[in-house]
Amino acid sequence: MIPFIVSAFVAFLFYLVLVIGSGSVLFWSWEEIIAGVIIGLATGVICRKVFCKNENYRMLNPVRLVSFLFYICGPFLVELTKANLDVAYRIITGRIRPGIIRLRSGMKSDLALTMLAHSITLTPGTLSVNVDEKSHDLFIHVIHLDEGDEKKEAFEAEEIFTFMNLPAWIRRIAE
Amino acid sequence: MIEMFMVAALITVIIGFGAMIRLILGPTNPDRVVAVDTINTLTVAVLILLSVLYEQFIFIDVAIVYALLSFVSTLYIAKHIGGEL
Amino acid sequence: MLADSIAFVLLVIGLIFNALGVIGLLRFPDVYTRLHASTKATTFGSIFLCLGVVVYAIAHYFWTSDSQYLMVIVHTIIAVFALAVTNAAGSHAISRAAYKSGQIPEPAVVDKLAEAGL
Repeated sequence: MIPFIVSAFVAFLFYLVLVIGSGSVLFWSWEEIIAGVIIGLATGVICRKVFCKNENYRMLNPVRLVSFLFYICGPFLVELTKANLDVAYRIITGRIRPGIIRLRSGMKSDLALTMLAHSITLTPGTLSVNVDEKSHDLFIHVIHLDEGDEKKEAFEAEEIFTFMNLPAWIRRIAE
Repeated sequence: MIEMFMVAALITVIIGFGAMIRLILGPTNPDRVVAVDTINTLTVAVLILLSVLYEQFIFIDVAIVYALLSFVSTLYIAKHIGGEL
Repeated sequence: MLADSIAFVLLVIGLIFNALGVIGLLRFPDVYTRLHASTKATTFGSIFLCLGVVVYAIAHYFWTSDSQYLMVIVHTIIAVFALAVTNAAGSHAISRAAYKSGQIPEPAVVDKLAEAGL
C-alpha cells in the first residue's frame, strides 16, 4: 500500500509542476488538477513496483530534499564555475598532463555513489571512468595531474575538490 | 531586443557544424559518439532559444523529450561499443 | 531594459563556453580529454543560454503577468536539470565503453585502471 501512495503522490506533484500556469486556482485550473489525480492514480497502480523497488523511503524526508536543492544552488555551482574556468584555461593553452587514478569514495549506499560520480564528472577537471563494485572505489580520469601525484596509490574523495567539501554534503543528503 | 535570441541560435548552429568536423574526421568510434553527444546538447539549447524567438512555447517540451531520447540513444551506442549488447 | 542587458550578458557567456567546448573537441589528442571538453564546457554553456531565456521570461512575466511565461520558466529549469543529469551519465557511459573497447589514454602519466585489471 505504501509504494502505491508514494508513487501516486509523486506522479501527481510532477504533473502539477508540468502544467503550471494553466488557470486561476493558485496556478492551475480545475480540469488539470482532476486530470492530474487520474494520471497519478494510474501511474501508482502501474509503476509501484518500479519506483519503490527496494522499499527505501529515505529521500522523502523534506529536510533531505531542501538540502539537496541548496546543494545544487550553492556549493555545486561554485565548484562548477571553477571547474569550467579551469577547463577553458586548458583548452586555450593546451597544457594538459592526463592520467587515470583511483579514488576511495567511502560511500556506503548506491545513491550516494551515483551522486558522487555525477558530481565528479561535472566538476573539478575529472571524469569517472569505471567503478569497483566490491570496494566502492572510483577510477577517474584527471586532465591535469600535479608533479609527483602519479606515485600515490589512491586519493581520498575530499582531496580533489578545491573550495567546498562536496563528499560531506553528499553524505549528509543521501546516507 | 528579440533579435539577440536569433543571433545566439545562429551562432550555436555554426558551433554545431564545428562539432560535425570531429564527427567526420574522428579516428575511432568513441570520438564520433562524443561529437554526436555534443551536437545533441547544442540542439536542445537551440530549441529553447527558438521557442522564445517564435513564441511557440511547446518547443521547450520538445527539447525536454529530445534530451531524454538522445540520452537513451547515447547509452545504447555506448553499450554496443563496449561489447555488452 | 535591465533584464535585456542581463540576458544579453548571459547569452554571450553561454556562447563563449559552447565555442570553447567545440574547440577543445577539435583540439585535444584522445577521447577522454575530448570528453572533458565536450561534457563540462558544453553543459555549462547551455545552462547559461537557458538562464538567459529564464531572465527574459521573468521580465516578461512581471510586465504582462501572462501565465504562459511562468510555464516557460519552469519548463526551462526542468530542461536544464534533464540536460545536466543526462550529460553526466552519458559521458560516464561513453568513457567506460571506450576503455572496454581497448582505447588506452594516449598521453597519460599513470593508469591505475590497467593496474587494477578490471
